[in-house]
Amino acid sequence: MNEGDSIPELKVTPDKYLPHRYAGASGDFNPIHVDPELARQVGLPGNILHGLYTMAQVARANTAAAGGDPRSLRRLEVQFRGMGVPEQEITVTGTVKEARDGRVVVDTVAEQGGKRIIRNAEAVLEPPV
Amino acid sequence: MPVDDKARGKAYPAHEYEVGREKISEFAHAVGEDNPVYFDREAARAAGFRDVPAPPMFAVVYCAGAMGPAILDPEVGINFMAMVHGGQEFVWGEPVCSGDTISTTAEVKDISERGGMGFYIFESVSTNSDGREVARGTWTNIVRGV
Repeated sequence: MNEGDSIPELKVTPDKYLPHRYAGASGDFNPIHVDPELARQVGLPGNILHGLYTMAQVARANTAAAGGDPRSLRRLEVQFRGMGVPEQEITVTGTVKEARDGRVVVDTVAEQGGKRIIRNAEAVLEPPV
Repeated sequence: MPVDDKARGKAYPAHEYEVGREKISEFAHAVGEDNPVYFDREAARAAGFRDVPAPPMFAVVYCAGAMGPAILDPEVGINFMAMVHGGQEFVWGEPVCSGDTISTTAEVKDISERGGMGFYIFESVSTNSDGREVARGTWTNIVRGV
Protein backbone atom coordinates (compact mmCIF):
# COMPACT_ATOMS: atom_id res chain seq x y z
CA MET A 1 0.00 0.00 0.00
CA ASN A 2 1.24 3.46 -0.94
CA GLU A 3 0.35 6.93 0.19
CA GLY A 4 -2.93 8.06 -1.36
CA ASP A 5 -4.16 4.50 -2.07
CA SER A 6 -7.72 3.57 -1.13
CA ILE A 7 -8.28 0.45 0.93
CA PRO A 8 -10.95 -1.99 -0.36
CA GLU A 9 -14.39 -0.72 0.62
CA LEU A 10 -16.31 -2.77 3.20
CA LYS A 11 -20.11 -2.84 3.02
CA VAL A 12 -22.28 -4.45 5.68
CA THR A 13 -25.98 -4.26 6.53
CA PRO A 14 -26.57 -5.16 10.18
CA ASP A 15 -29.87 -7.02 10.42
CA LYS A 16 -32.70 -6.17 12.83
CA TYR A 17 -31.38 -8.46 15.58
CA LEU A 18 -27.69 -7.61 15.21
CA PRO A 19 -27.67 -5.24 18.22
CA HIS A 20 -29.02 -8.12 20.34
CA ARG A 21 -26.32 -10.50 19.12
CA TYR A 22 -23.63 -7.88 19.68
CA ALA A 23 -25.05 -7.17 23.16
CA GLY A 24 -24.75 -10.87 24.01
CA ALA A 25 -21.28 -11.18 22.51
CA SER A 26 -19.92 -8.02 24.15
CA GLY A 27 -21.94 -7.95 27.38
CA ASP A 28 -23.25 -4.42 26.70
CA PHE A 29 -27.02 -4.60 27.19
CA ASN A 30 -27.63 -0.84 27.43
CA PRO A 31 -31.38 -0.60 26.63
CA ILE A 32 -30.82 2.02 23.89
CA HIS A 33 -29.27 -0.83 21.86
CA VAL A 34 -31.83 -3.57 22.51
CA ASP A 35 -35.14 -1.92 23.43
CA PRO A 36 -36.68 0.08 20.53
CA GLU A 37 -39.52 1.38 22.71
CA LEU A 38 -37.26 2.73 25.43
CA ALA A 39 -34.89 4.15 22.81
CA ARG A 40 -37.79 6.14 21.30
CA GLN A 41 -38.78 7.37 24.76
CA VAL A 42 -35.33 8.96 25.12
CA GLY A 43 -35.60 10.63 21.72
CA LEU A 44 -33.81 8.13 19.47
CA PRO A 45 -35.30 6.85 16.20
CA GLY A 46 -35.30 3.30 17.63
CA ASN A 47 -32.67 1.02 19.09
CA ILE A 48 -29.26 2.06 17.79
CA LEU A 49 -26.06 0.17 16.98
CA HIS A 50 -23.28 -0.09 19.52
CA GLY A 51 -20.51 2.32 18.50
CA LEU A 52 -18.01 -0.43 19.26
CA TYR A 53 -19.79 -2.71 16.75
CA THR A 54 -19.24 -0.07 14.07
CA MET A 55 -15.62 0.29 15.24
CA ALA A 56 -15.28 -3.47 14.72
CA GLN A 57 -16.32 -2.92 11.07
CA VAL A 58 -13.57 -0.30 10.74
CA ALA A 59 -11.15 -2.81 12.30
CA ARG A 60 -12.28 -5.47 9.83
CA ALA A 61 -11.84 -3.22 6.79
CA ASN A 62 -8.31 -2.31 7.87
CA THR A 63 -7.32 -5.86 8.79
CA ALA A 64 -8.60 -7.05 5.40
CA ALA A 65 -6.60 -4.30 3.68
CA ALA A 66 -3.48 -5.62 5.44
CA GLY A 67 -4.11 -9.15 4.13
CA GLY A 68 -6.47 -10.45 6.81
CA ASP A 69 -4.03 -11.31 9.61
CA PRO A 70 -5.39 -9.90 12.90
CA ARG A 71 -1.78 -9.36 14.08
CA SER A 72 -1.34 -6.62 11.46
CA LEU A 73 -3.73 -4.20 13.17
CA ARG A 74 -1.53 -2.42 15.73
CA ARG A 75 -3.60 0.58 16.66
CA LEU A 76 -7.06 1.95 15.91
CA GLU A 77 -8.50 5.21 17.12
CA VAL A 78 -12.00 6.39 16.25
CA GLN A 79 -14.43 9.17 17.04
CA PHE A 80 -18.10 8.28 17.22
CA ARG A 81 -20.44 10.81 15.66
CA GLY A 82 -24.17 10.57 15.20
CA MET A 83 -25.53 7.06 15.55
CA GLY A 84 -25.76 3.90 13.54
CA VAL A 85 -29.03 2.02 13.10
CA PRO A 86 -29.83 -1.58 12.17
CA GLU A 87 -31.22 -2.52 8.73
CA GLN A 88 -29.28 0.12 6.83
CA GLU A 89 -26.05 -0.40 4.90
CA ILE A 90 -22.76 0.79 6.43
CA THR A 91 -19.86 1.62 4.11
CA VAL A 92 -16.29 1.75 5.43
CA THR A 93 -13.74 3.54 3.26
CA GLY A 94 -10.13 4.48 3.90
CA THR A 95 -7.13 6.23 2.40
CA VAL A 96 -3.47 5.56 3.15
CA LYS A 97 -2.04 8.75 4.56
CA GLU A 98 1.42 7.45 5.42
CA ALA A 99 3.43 4.41 4.29
CA ARG A 100 6.98 3.97 5.49
CA ASP A 101 9.15 0.90 6.23
CA GLY A 102 6.13 -1.43 6.14
CA ARG A 103 4.16 0.71 8.55
CA VAL A 104 0.94 2.04 7.04
CA VAL A 105 -1.41 4.64 8.52
CA VAL A 106 -4.96 4.64 7.16
CA ASP A 107 -7.58 7.37 7.53
CA THR A 108 -10.92 5.63 7.74
CA VAL A 109 -14.58 6.65 7.73
CA ALA A 110 -17.79 4.66 8.33
CA GLU A 111 -20.85 6.09 6.65
CA GLN A 112 -24.51 5.14 6.84
CA GLY A 113 -27.33 6.85 4.95
CA GLY A 114 -25.03 9.69 3.92
CA LYS A 115 -23.93 10.40 7.51
CA ARG A 116 -20.48 9.73 8.88
CA ILE A 117 -21.05 7.63 12.00
CA ILE A 118 -17.33 7.14 12.58
CA ARG A 119 -14.90 9.80 11.50
CA ASN A 120 -11.27 10.74 12.05
CA ALA A 121 -10.50 7.05 12.43
CA GLU A 122 -6.83 6.25 12.18
CA ALA A 123 -5.49 2.72 11.83
CA VAL A 124 -1.87 1.64 12.03
CA LEU A 125 -1.00 -1.53 10.11
CA GLU A 126 2.30 -3.39 10.29
CA PRO A 127 3.32 -6.81 8.99
CA PRO A 128 2.95 -9.47 11.72
CA VAL A 129 6.22 -10.26 13.53
CA MET B 1 -20.43 24.94 36.59
CA PRO B 2 -17.11 23.15 36.20
CA VAL B 3 -17.19 19.36 36.31
CA ASP B 4 -16.06 17.63 39.45
CA ASP B 5 -12.65 16.15 38.66
CA LYS B 6 -11.69 14.76 42.07
CA ALA B 7 -11.56 11.21 40.65
CA ARG B 8 -8.78 12.09 38.17
CA GLY B 9 -5.96 9.59 38.55
CA LYS B 10 -8.08 7.07 40.43
CA ALA B 11 -7.11 3.46 39.67
CA TYR B 12 -9.22 0.34 40.03
CA PRO B 13 -8.25 -3.21 40.98
CA ALA B 14 -7.24 -5.61 38.20
CA HIS B 15 -9.96 -7.76 36.68
CA GLU B 16 -9.13 -11.20 35.29
CA TYR B 17 -10.87 -12.66 32.25
CA GLU B 18 -10.36 -16.21 31.01
CA VAL B 19 -10.62 -16.34 27.23
CA GLY B 20 -12.67 -19.20 25.77
CA ARG B 21 -12.80 -20.49 22.22
CA GLU B 22 -16.62 -20.44 21.97
CA LYS B 23 -16.78 -16.85 23.24
CA ILE B 24 -14.25 -15.82 20.58
CA SER B 25 -16.36 -17.50 17.89
CA GLU B 26 -19.55 -15.89 19.21
CA PHE B 27 -17.95 -12.44 19.16
CA ALA B 28 -16.33 -12.99 15.75
CA HIS B 29 -19.69 -14.07 14.33
CA ALA B 30 -21.50 -11.05 15.82
CA VAL B 31 -19.09 -8.56 14.23
CA GLY B 32 -19.07 -10.34 10.86
CA GLU B 33 -15.57 -11.82 10.92
CA ASP B 34 -15.20 -14.73 8.50
CA ASN B 35 -11.51 -15.62 8.84
CA PRO B 36 -11.41 -19.36 9.75
CA VAL B 37 -8.71 -18.69 12.38
CA TYR B 38 -11.47 -17.38 14.69
CA PHE B 39 -13.58 -20.53 14.35
CA ASP B 40 -11.23 -23.44 13.76
CA ARG B 41 -8.31 -24.46 15.96
CA GLU B 42 -6.51 -26.21 13.10
CA ALA B 43 -6.76 -23.12 10.90
CA ALA B 44 -5.49 -21.02 13.82
CA ARG B 45 -2.49 -23.32 14.40
CA ALA B 46 -1.72 -23.42 10.68
CA ALA B 47 -1.58 -19.61 10.80
CA GLY B 48 0.94 -19.75 13.66
CA PHE B 49 -1.33 -19.12 16.66
CA ARG B 50 -1.17 -21.22 19.86
CA ASP B 51 -4.96 -21.59 19.69
CA VAL B 52 -7.94 -19.72 18.23
CA PRO B 53 -7.02 -16.00 18.39
CA ALA B 54 -9.39 -13.25 19.47
CA PRO B 55 -10.26 -10.61 16.87
CA PRO B 56 -8.66 -7.27 17.86
CA MET B 57 -11.97 -5.75 18.99
CA PHE B 58 -12.48 -8.66 21.42
CA ALA B 59 -10.59 -6.28 23.73
CA VAL B 60 -14.00 -4.85 24.68
CA VAL B 61 -14.93 -8.26 26.11
CA TYR B 62 -11.92 -8.80 28.35
CA CYS B 63 -11.84 -5.13 29.37
CA ALA B 64 -15.52 -4.93 30.35
CA GLY B 65 -15.07 -6.27 33.88
CA ALA B 66 -12.43 -3.62 34.61
CA MET B 67 -14.16 -0.73 32.82
CA GLY B 68 -17.62 -1.25 34.36
CA PRO B 69 -16.67 -0.33 37.95
CA ALA B 70 -14.65 2.68 36.72
CA ILE B 71 -17.41 4.15 34.55
CA LEU B 72 -20.09 3.38 37.17
CA ASP B 73 -18.06 4.75 40.09
CA PRO B 74 -20.21 7.36 41.91
CA GLU B 75 -17.02 9.28 42.69
CA VAL B 76 -16.49 9.76 38.94
CA GLY B 77 -20.09 10.95 38.81
CA ILE B 78 -21.12 10.32 35.19
CA ASN B 79 -24.75 11.14 34.39
CA PHE B 80 -25.63 8.12 32.25
CA MET B 81 -28.78 9.55 30.73
CA ALA B 82 -26.64 12.27 29.09
CA MET B 83 -23.60 10.13 28.26
CA VAL B 84 -22.37 9.18 24.80
CA HIS B 85 -19.33 7.14 23.84
CA GLY B 86 -17.29 9.85 22.11
CA GLY B 87 -14.17 8.01 21.08
CA GLN B 88 -12.11 4.89 21.49
CA GLU B 89 -8.56 3.87 20.90
CA PHE B 90 -6.84 0.51 21.21
CA VAL B 91 -3.15 -0.22 20.82
CA TRP B 92 -2.59 -3.95 20.49
CA GLY B 93 0.44 -5.95 21.57
CA GLU B 94 0.74 -9.72 21.93
CA PRO B 95 -2.13 -11.66 20.32
CA VAL B 96 -4.82 -13.00 22.69
CA CYS B 97 -5.76 -16.65 22.22
CA SER B 98 -8.26 -19.08 23.69
CA GLY B 99 -6.94 -20.34 27.02
CA ASP B 100 -5.26 -17.06 27.97
CA THR B 101 -6.07 -15.28 31.22
CA ILE B 102 -6.08 -11.55 30.65
CA SER B 103 -5.70 -9.14 33.54
CA THR B 104 -6.98 -5.59 33.01
CA THR B 105 -6.59 -2.50 35.14
CA ALA B 106 -8.50 0.74 34.61
CA GLU B 107 -7.67 4.30 35.56
CA VAL B 108 -9.37 7.69 35.27
CA LYS B 109 -6.95 9.55 32.98
CA ASP B 110 -8.73 12.87 32.81
CA ILE B 111 -11.96 14.69 33.60
CA SER B 112 -12.48 18.04 31.94
CA GLU B 113 -15.15 20.36 30.63
CA ARG B 114 -15.41 22.04 27.25
CA GLY B 115 -18.38 23.93 25.88
CA GLY B 116 -20.81 22.66 28.48
CA MET B 117 -19.79 19.04 27.96
CA GLY B 118 -17.89 16.84 30.36
CA PHE B 119 -15.09 14.67 28.97
CA TYR B 120 -14.32 11.55 31.00
CA ILE B 121 -11.26 9.72 29.74
CA PHE B 122 -10.32 6.27 31.04
CA GLU B 123 -7.33 4.10 30.26
CA SER B 124 -7.26 0.33 30.43
CA VAL B 125 -4.12 -1.80 30.34
CA SER B 126 -4.50 -5.52 29.65
CA THR B 127 -1.71 -8.07 30.11
CA ASN B 128 -1.50 -11.83 29.61
CA SER B 129 -0.23 -14.33 32.17
CA ASP B 130 3.37 -13.84 30.91
CA GLY B 131 2.99 -10.19 31.93
CA ARG B 132 3.08 -9.00 28.32
CA GLU B 133 0.78 -6.19 27.27
CA VAL B 134 -1.98 -7.31 24.89
CA ALA B 135 -4.02 -4.11 24.63
CA ARG B 136 -4.10 -0.57 25.92
CA GLY B 137 -7.43 1.20 25.60
CA THR B 138 -8.40 4.86 25.81
CA TRP B 139 -12.13 5.28 26.40
CA THR B 140 -13.66 8.74 25.95
CA ASN B 141 -17.13 9.31 27.33
CA ILE B 142 -18.86 12.63 26.77
CA VAL B 143 -21.63 13.91 29.03
CA ARG B 144 -23.84 16.66 27.64
CA GLY B 145 -25.11 19.53 29.72
CA VAL B 146 -22.81 19.28 32.74
